[in-house]
Amino acid sequence: MAYDTNFTGQKFKVVGTRPLRPDGLDKVTGRARYGADVSAPGQLVGRVLRSPHAHAKIVKIDTSKAEKLPGVKAVITSADLPDLTNGDAGMYDILVNCMARGKALYDGHAVAAVAAVDAATARKALKLINVEYKILPHVTDVDEAVKPGAPVLHSKMFTDGVEPKPTKASNVAKRTEFGHGDVEKGFKEADVIVERSFKTEQTHQGYIEPHACLANLGSDGQGEMWVCTQGHFVYRNTCATLLGLDAAKLRVTASEIGGGFGGKTHVWAEPLALALSRKANRPVKLVMTRDEVFKASGPTSSTSIDVKIGATKDGRITAATATLRYQGGPFLGMWAELGAMTSYACYDLKNVKTVGYEVVVNRPKVAAYRAPSAPMAAFAVESVVDELAHKIGMDAVAFRIKNAAKEGTKSSYGPTYGPIGIGPTLEAAKNHPHMKAPLKKNQGRGMACGFWFNFGGQTSTSLNVTPDGSVNVSVGTIDVGGSRASMALIAAEELGVPYENVRCVVADTSSLGHNDMSDGSRVTFSSGMNTVIAARNAKKVLIQRAAKMWDIPEEAVTWEDGHAKPAGANAGNFPPLSLKEIAAAAGNTGGPIAGHNEFVADGAGVSFATHICDVELDPETGATKIIRYTVIQDAGKAIHPSYVEGQYQGGAAQGIGWALNEEYVYGKDGRLQNAGYLDYRIPVCSDLPMIDTVILEIPNPNHPYGVRGVGETSIVPPLAAIANAVSNAAGVRMTHIPMSPPRILKALDDQAKTKAKAA
Amino acid sequence: MAGVHVSTTVNGDPAEFVCDPDEPLLDVLRNRLGLTGAKEGCGTGDCGACSVTVDGELVCSCLVLGAEVEGRKIETIEGMADGDKLHPLQRKFIEHAALQCGICTPGFLIAARALLKKNANPTEEEIRFGLAGNLCRCTGYDKIVRAVQDAAREMRGA
Ligand code: FES
Ligand code: FES
Repeated sequence: MAYDTNFTGQKFKVVGTRPLRPDGLDKVTGRARYGADVSAPGQLVGRVLRSPHAHAKIVKIDTSKAEKLPGVKAVITSADLPDLTNGDAGMYDILVNCMARGKALYDGHAVAAVAAVDAATARKALKLINVEYKILPHVTDVDEAVKPGAPVLHSKMFTDGVEPKPTKASNVAKRTEFGHGDVEKGFKEADVIVERSFKTEQTHQGYIEPHACLANLGSDGQGEMWVCTQGHFVYRNTCATLLGLDAAKLRVTASEIGGGFGGKTHVWAEPLALALSRKANRPVKLVMTRDEVFKASGPTSSTSIDVKIGATKDGRITAATATLRYQGGPFLGMWAELGAMTSYACYDLKNVKTVGYEVVVNRPKVAAYRAPSAPMAAFAVESVVDELAHKIGMDAVAFRIKNAAKEGTKSSYGPTYGPIGIGPTLEAAKNHPHMKAPLKKNQGRGMACGFWFNFGGQTSTSLNVTPDGSVNVSVGTIDVGGSRASMALIAAEELGVPYENVRCVVADTSSLGHNDMSDGSRVTFSSGMNTVIAARNAKKVLIQRAAKMWDIPEEAVTWEDGHAKPAGANAGNFPPLSLKEIAAAAGNTGGPIAGHNEFVADGAGVSFATHICDVELDPETGATKIIRYTVIQDAGKAIHPSYVEGQYQGGAAQGIGWALNEEYVYGKDGRLQNAGYLDYRIPVCSDLPMIDTVILEIPNPNHPYGVRGVGETSIVPPLAAIANAVSNAAGVRMTHIPMSPPRILKALDDQAKTKAKAA
Repeated sequence: MAGVHVSTTVNGDPAEFVCDPDEPLLDVLRNRLGLTGAKEGCGTGDCGACSVTVDGELVCSCLVLGAEVEGRKIETIEGMADGDKLHPLQRKFIEHAALQCGICTPGFLIAARALLKKNANPTEEEIRFGLAGNLCRCTGYDKIVRAVQDAAREMRGA
């Protein structure tokens, strides 16, 4: 749907304002119901037994003792989840991840599950399950996993995407390549070349609400599930496939969601809860512990990346390459591929080549984490860009402006850009007072850019006008951060009714057509566009009804400010009819008034951001403090600016945690050492400063209001911006994320040693 | 396990329950008393989502045993508003968009109220350290700090 050029910013009545969110009251009073807040009569407690080994053959599972424990109503193993995936390799991986089949692939991999009358009995039952393991050699590091002689996870994994196809199994699942031009030639034209290798450690989305569901599945193949998810339709489809159900017979209702950031786009224990319920013939509530969330629900990849960029003395990049190795846990993912696609998306390059390797290791299955894979690639690329600018004596922002992609640029991953925001965010950074603020001793400033595609996807939306003239919008996309307010604003804008008269709800899977996940920053774009269309469809009906009431042709009626009006003097002289009046008469003019739409939302607008960050480094302890942070990002159009700012700030805060502190620590035994918030420390209030935001609005030409989507891009630049700031403060290039105090001290120490040697 | 009988006061109302001797107060509130406003983010005292007050003291209810609250006064998020009149902190959280997913919100509100009781005019730094026991993964804390500042201002009548 094309951007409506008549519908410019100035003409919006309510879109772009900041009304109170509709779910606010419930959420400040404790009334909002999240995944674990709902119970069913007769419900059982579900618990999962997990492998303590990183890699082990499961020789035998004896559940007989657990089954005999009074109060235990069902025990399941992989035998209760037969393979119904019918050759769908991706679905099979999901099945294997839900419950190990023959082999445990990581510390925390599910091997059995129980349902019992209470939590204490369920815990006791887990202890009575006897699993005989044969421990296998394991590998958890992404670089170790690709070395010859590394323990191989899957004897049938032959790297995809290389010619000829290898005959030897390895941990490299797939190779992908992107780019254009001739990089060899480009490097020959360069005056200066910088080449470096980087590493980033694994982090978790860290949503405060653990995965939770209440499953009820009968022997008649009909079921219901209440669950915290970013996509209840996709959960329905996946669970139905794995359990051999008709999707229509499984009704999934999404709870309020206590954070997801990509981690709730994949099913984890939900199919187990359904299988337990089916076996026990009772509802089963299954809530993960925090330890399970860390060990067995997907974190993001750890990575190893090599970057090489060349430029002329006057600041033009002549060639750029990157080789990216991302681990996806024990399964093939598309994580390195996304990294390879996003690496150079900010720049206008003649010669560019990126190669991604999907690597498998004995760690939990990787899940999306907010602009998945882009932050690590940006860290590596933007670090080298900074160093290169420094080497040729150019200002870091000016160097980026000179090489920034613009409308008409062929992107490094293929498509040619339409109007985009990278240039404007850089200009805004250049002119921002933050850039000019003085720095004190031990302080450093860094900046970096980031890109994310944004998605569209399948969307189904229904808008109903009630008899009293208030309006209900039913969407199938989960509200992860205020989107119900945005949908209500859009419906109000279209229909010309007050925001307060619209209520938006997230409908269950039996009430709407299929909707894709709330991922890819797609909700305000896709459901927003669909709400526009649904409202316009409803408006057509309202106009028909007014025409009927006036007994004039439809063409003689227009819609303005929430009222039907005669289109001109010849149409007749009727006083305007309000939406309320037309709604009240609906019973006599043709019945309920509604508008709906089902479509694939095409044309998502790519998004760019530039972040500026000041840090203060304590050279004694290696501790870093963020003292100032500014996010500049193109939103396309901010429907509810407060929640756009919230996305910018939240993404930046997650990036700060990732850059400085968060990391999965594995022991030599392949076990996760820090599966809790005490040892996996996410930023707390006292770690952070206020986070300033600048919203730019460069309309997406494929959306009627110009919306691009804002949720993810904000996590892309922080790793790089902070690394650049720390490197500037420390006087040494930081190449390993997180830049925890020991790593910073080591970098300072190494530098001192090198200097001493040189002297 | 023999149950422990406990009489207590929750949000001003008398409450009685029988719980296991090792059962956390959080589980009692959520599973026995139907008060699901306090959330379990970790169960180990690290996230603050389960914050309540016991005799006016801020605690992580996942670290207190149900058996310990005999004769004591418990306040949860469900008792924070006065009928349909929201506490200024609750109102300011909505007005400042200080919540995204909202799972941390009950804990933050209870902790912020306890903070303002001790210090009616906290600096930004005092707010940040006062709320450092509560994790929020969505907001980056900016809008939470602003909401608390604004509520404190209003409560002081400034
Ligand atoms: S649940 Fe009590 S502190 Fe996290
Ligand atoms: S609003 Fe989601 S954790 Fe705070």
